[in-house]
Amino acid sequence: MKIELRHIHKRFGTVHANNDISMTVDAGKIVAVLGENGAGKSTLMKILSGYQPADSGEIVLDAQLASYHTPQGAIAAGIGMLQQDPLDIPAFTVLENFVYGQKTGFLYSPRKWRERLKSISARLGFELDPDQPIANLSIGQRQQLEIVRLLSMGVRTLILDEPTTGISAEQKLILFEALRELARNDGMSVLLVSHKLEDVIALCDSVVVLRGGRLVGTLQLPATMDQLVRLMFGQELAPPAHECLVNPKTAIALDNVTLRGKRVTVQNFSMKIRACEVIGLAGLEESGQELILRACVGLVKPTHGHIALGETNLTGKSYREFLAAGVAFGAAGRLEEGLIAGLTLTEHIALATENQSLVDWTRAKMLTDQKLKQYNVRGRPESMIEQLSGGNQQRLLMALMPEQPVLMALEQPTRGLDVDSSHWIWQQLLERRERGTAILFSSPDLDELVTYSDRIFVAYAGHIVEISDARQTNIDELGRLIGGHFEKASGS
Amino acid sequence: MDESLINILNSVVANATPLVIAGIGETITERAGVTNLSLDGSLALAAMIGFVAALTTGSVALGLIAAMIAGAVVALIVALAGIELRQDQVAVGFVLTLLTADLAQFLGQDYTRIPGPTLPYVPIPVLKDIPVVGEIFFNHEPLVYFSYFLIFVTWYVLFHTRTGLSLRAIGERPAAAFARGTNVNRQRYLYTLIGGALVGLAGAAYSLAVKPGWSTPPVMRGDGWIALAIVIFGGWHPFRVVLGAYLFAGLRSLSSAIQRSPDIQIPLVLLNGLPWLLMIITLVLVSSGAIERLLQIMPRPLQKAMRGVLRSDPPAALGTRFDEG
Repeated sequence: MKIELRHIHKRFGTVHANNDISMTVDAGKIVAVLGENGAGKSTLMKILSGYQPADSGEIVLDAQLASYHTPQGAIAAGIGMLQQDPLDIPAFTVLENFVYGQKTGFLYSPRKWRERLKSISARLGFELDPDQPIANLSIGQRQQLEIVRLLSMGVRTLILDEPTTGISAEQKLILFEALRELARNDGMSVLLVSHKLEDVIALCDSVVVLRGGRLVGTLQLPATMDQLVRLMFGQELAPPAHECLVNPKTAIALDNVTLRGKRVTVQNFSMKIRACEVIGLAGLEESGQELILRACVGLVKPTHGHIALGETNLTGKSYREFLAAGVAFGAAGRLEEGLIAGLTLTEHIALATENQSLVDWTRAKMLTDQKLKQYNVRGRPESMIEQLSGGNQQRLLMALMPEQPVLMALEQPTRGLDVDSSHWIWQQLLERRERGTAILFSSPDLDELVTYSDRIFVAYAGHIVEISDARQTNIDELGRLIGGHFEKASGS
Repeated sequence: MDESLINILNSVVANATPLVIAGIGETITERAGVTNLSLDGSLALAAMIGFVAALTTGSVALGLIAAMIAGAVVALIVALAGIELRQDQVAVGFVLTLLTADLAQFLGQDYTRIPGPTLPYVPIPVLKDIPVVGEIFFNHEPLVYFSYFLIFVTWYVLFHTRTGLSLRAIGERPAAAFARGTNVNRQRYLYTLIGGALVGLAGAAYSLAVKPGWSTPPVMRGDGWIALAIVIFGGWHPFRVVLGAYLFAGLRSLSSAIQRSPDIQIPLVLLNGLPWLLMIITLVLVSSGAIERLLQIMPRPLQKAMRGVLRSDPPAALGTRFDEG
């Protein structure tokens, strides 16, 4: 189905979320909608799929002016949206979810609908058991069910919001294959909202880029990653300087420590991190890298060996004493361990900075305003922390950390962030590094590890291998080190 | 089978009927995502109004209708406060419980201990002649038969119709229901009113059948809370709700039978507390994961069949508000 958007405007208070957006998607085309957080992608997709009305503008579907203002109306007009968290009913079975919302009488024939569910899923290579409760399905399977359901309702345009977040690599291949098949044979038009540029390059025919609520560019694919990034941010992201300042001072030293975790034990491990160094920790989950990182902040106590921060011996000391000695810690679970849901931004800042028993709220408020500006956090001081986007939460976490600690230990510092936010976080980290802070971080993203680390420690089942010069390595070698160990272990 | 035992079971079915009707009503309301906590008061108010209406008009049917309207009006207040005024449904329910209970006593003070009309016995031909079963289940007044009908209709509509899909969906995930074209808040009103009307009918089942007449304090005091507990015990499933109602009524008649028997000496207070105590124990068992462990040791095919029946998760959106857009 051919879609034309003409001069779409949408305002939320003073924010012009969609500013005069006009675009066309031809039948049978897969188009990516790119833009950083807050660029207006979600707003535009919600308008197109009937979840929100536009303030002004027209939607033209196959040369027919469309007017709908509910999701159901959009589906009737042929546009269906797959939400990032599929909007299904967990207590229902697959079949009930499939049927609910479709045109049926008061009674429906389970056999007929079961057949229909099976035939559509079979065509797309999906395997869905009609009698399973949704609660037993993976996100990937729930997505598949939503797609099958929307197709059964006659949808001819699919909008997908970050569909590859949280699904397996195999499910991603199946999903992409299904989308290509629908575009090729049914003339289905597909709009893909994603911040994963490699997915966009692999799947889409063209991209449109939004920035600050405006449509700022379109590009036919194939194109290179650099071209996409340039279009998104107006300039290429400068790769970070790989030059570590020469500084012999040791920030933290682990000497022959033994760390016991639930699944793995790291034995007799020694590591020295100098000031101004960036150390990456690689490894599959629960391989031991988490233990090392948490030992460096006092959250895991070594059963054996010594830990010293600079000249201070911190062996067996508490997390508080590590913090007092100059360590800063950022946990992977932002809302679970780093921030406190239910508290406002100002309250967070006050918690981190106010030392008296009575809080000076005027000062806390001023400080909050200043920090929000300095760290580019999009949120009001009185908003609850959980109302912020992931990128803004991470920025606030950075704002809460001391300006110049001896060591920053960060678990997956860019988890779930888009390219722009990740880049921003790293700029902040590298700035602190310039001022003498040592940085230790773990990440599942090999690219990130290779790009930013001076040295990398790779963990596998408690064994640690050091890559002493990260400049000499690449993703493949790193992958082999993580996976190579794995093969050896499974072969034995 | 022993004649007296059959009589006891017959009275258990009769005595359980108000609990069944109120429990099913509340099940419908809660399945749609609304908690009407006012049962203990609204049962009394509806019982009083039903009795007085039947007494003054001389028509039992009008009494039933008046009671249903009374229950629906209380439910309407719950819905208005919870949906329109965005108030906490639990708090509103508590206040309404107290308010309606006192209102019933105040408005009904001139009608206490007066004989009035009652529902007639209508043994069902043919069915009542089935040995044992006929005597236990088919020799009653019409509300008992209505409760059988209600159980099956509710079950069938909930799990086999389009209407049931949207009813359950608005109680589980209203945002998804909205996306599929269901008018969430309008339907919540509807099912809260239906549930409230059934609670009203249950009230009339006391004053026009099970415990005819009106008195202060009302005879059904406490039964509203039992009905609410039975809904939880029943895992919001009509069949299990009914099972809970019969179980409780059975325990009650057991304790009164023990009281009458000269051979067993148990303090009266303890005896009166017995059904409640057993209810608490059952509730704890049901909600402690014991069911889940029981399922684990069952053979696989049985597991699948039993899971649906024994599962007892509350509707996910119970007591929450929903705003479109």
